[in-house]
Amino acid sequence: MTPVLELRGIDKSFGPVQVLHDVALSVYPGEVTALVGDNGAGKSTLVKCVGGIHPIDSGEYLFEGKPVQVGSPRDAAALGIEIVYQDLALCDNLDIVQNMFLGREHKRGLVLDEDTMEEMAAKTLESLSVRTVKSIRQLVSSLSGGQRQTVAIAKAVLWNSKVVILDEPTAALGVAQTAQVLELVRRLADQGLAVVLISHNMNDVFAVSDRIAALYLGRMAAQVKTSDVTHAQVVELITSGRSGDLGLTNGVPA
Amino acid sequence: MTTTIKPAAATAPAPSIGANLRGYAERVRGGDMGALPAVFGLVVLCTVFSVLRPSFLTPGNFANLFTQGAAVTVIAMGLVFVLLLGEIDLSAGFASGVCAAVLAILLTDQGLPWYAAVAAAILTGVVIGTVLGALVAKLGIPSFVVTLAAFLGFQGLVLLLVKGGTNISIRDETILAIANKYLPPALGWGLLAACVAAYAALQLLRARKRAGRGLSADPISLIAVRVGALAVLGGLAVYVLNLERSRNAAVVSLKGVPIVVPLIVVLLVVLTFVLRRTGFGRHLYAVGGNAEAARRAGINVDRMKIAAFMICSTMAAVGGIIAASRASSVDPNTGGSNVLLYAVGAAVIGGTSLFGGKGRVLDAILGGAVVAVIENGMGLMGYSAGVKFIVTGTVLLLAAGVDALSRKRAAAAGLR
Repeated sequence: MTPVLELRGIDKSFGPVQVLHDVALSVYPGEVTALVGDNGAGKSTLVKCVGGIHPIDSGEYLFEGKPVQVGSPRDAAALGIEIVYQDLALCDNLDIVQNMFLGREHKRGLVLDEDTMEEMAAKTLESLSVRTVKSIRQLVSSLSGGQRQTVAIAKAVLWNSKVVILDEPTAALGVAQTAQVLELVRRLADQGLAVVLISHNMNDVFAVSDRIAALYLGRMAAQVKTSDVTHAQVVELITSGRSGDLGLTNGVPA
Repeated sequence: MTTTIKPAAATAPAPSIGANLRGYAERVRGGDMGALPAVFGLVVLCTVFSVLRPSFLTPGNFANLFTQGAAVTVIAMGLVFVLLLGEIDLSAGFASGVCAAVLAILLTDQGLPWYAAVAAAILTGVVIGTVLGALVAKLGIPSFVVTLAAFLGFQGLVLLLVKGGTNISIRDETILAIANKYLPPALGWGLLAACVAAYAALQLLRARKRAGRGLSADPISLIAVRVGALAVLGGLAVYVLNLERSRNAAVVSLKGVPIVVPLIVVLLVVLTFVLRRTGFGRHLYAVGGNAEAARRAGINVDRMKIAAFMICSTMAAVGGIIAASRASSVDPNTGGSNVLLYAVGAAVIGGTSLFGGKGRVLDAILGGAVVAVIENGMGLMGYSAGVKFIVTGTVLLLAAGVDALSRKRAAAAGLR
């Protein structure tokens, strides 16, 4: 199976500080790839490079097997890469439909085509089996944390995207809402999307992911199948960069 | 919170009037008061003034209210756009003065035809707004400071334009007609009928289209109530305005809807359309609600800011033209003293939030009505300007307090 998104030898520095060293990452359609790592390991930087917010210094960026140049968030969106950031970026004073179409409204002439947008939003939420909101015309300000996360994710998949990257989607949620969001993450992958899940929570990672990519001090320590590793091994990879014969030897991939 | 979203194919049931009312009550309890305080205040003020001063309720005074409040209301309608972004334009009052001065100079001193002078005045407004907006958006100076500086600058500019304190009288019939002439009674009725019919047709068409696509639509009964309310209130207003107001009708007949009223209605419809039905309006709300989210959605936040200031100053120009028409002249105080504060007050009293993201053009009209009623009623009661200022200030503070409290309440209710 070819990865839909593949990075090879990515380097990224901010001034004198090199944040990413020779990072490789493969993301496959229909799978959830968990991106794990301690604070400062470079997860967010890597995601921002993928999303076109930071240009990469060197390395290869392949999308569906072809090398591409991603210089801005628009380029990433055009490829079908959507990132749901931790702060969700929703407007509280707009309703669910308005938020989902923000910046990409359907219009007929000058006038917004509210009916079509409402139908499409309803269809997308329906396809994700979201059954927790009362009305799609309710303001986002009246939604719970889990519902907001759901709206943000639905917004990302509305555009026939191929890769959806979720930055700690469950960090601020309670138990029941976390379960809901994880269920949604799994469903996205089952629909054939490639999902990248950034998480600190090992339970979440093992609950939904197919692959785990562990970053350690800006290097990719290991990319493994979730079924091949144990909880403890992943924790070791995150904290020391190696575990048994997995991971980095003297700071270099084995 | 556990009901399912209806599949798009099945017909969603039309929510009943009761459900609509309950939803509204829920929103109000949750802190989203909307225009409720303004409507409530308007009813209370009108009742008090008509009990204390029977002359308040005469047709003549009713007509006065419209021409008195028109300029401030129009400026407030423009301010709504800036307030929606969480910014403020303190210069709107004197911007209207500058535009009025441009109008007067071109009309009276240069002898240009009225349409050229009006175009120049409005263009002046556009330029002022663009410069202010660019300073706020591109240089990042807080709008409070930029427009405070402009407030002082424009005050001086008006003085220079009208040559240090003289006043320029306006003799052009068309301009004078705006705030001093009235529609023929039949035309007043005709326009009202057209408005009600158009409103009813739009509402019915929309409901039918939505129902046809299986989306939840307003029930016919609710539409009937809305259209009925518009017809009754509008009919009452037109009826009273069409009564003879002249003390001696044999000498000069004075009746009909003031010409500013249809002007304001047109502005209301156009601006409401822009805010509610176009991508531009949607983006304006988005920037006011969460500028970062708007930026990430690909909205050019700077351009939205410049556009909002441009609309605000352009509406200020229209307000200036109305003020010049009403006073039949322009002097250094046109658009000065309390005009700006009344306009900000009108927008906020009507329910526009000072924190951005919430407000309607209609709010400015309701708030403008409150301000006009206070000004007019207190004048009839024989209170001095001092008392009027204090009362209006108190009402503004009250409105801003309601705004802040409802935000707090909404936060507590999890609505924000």
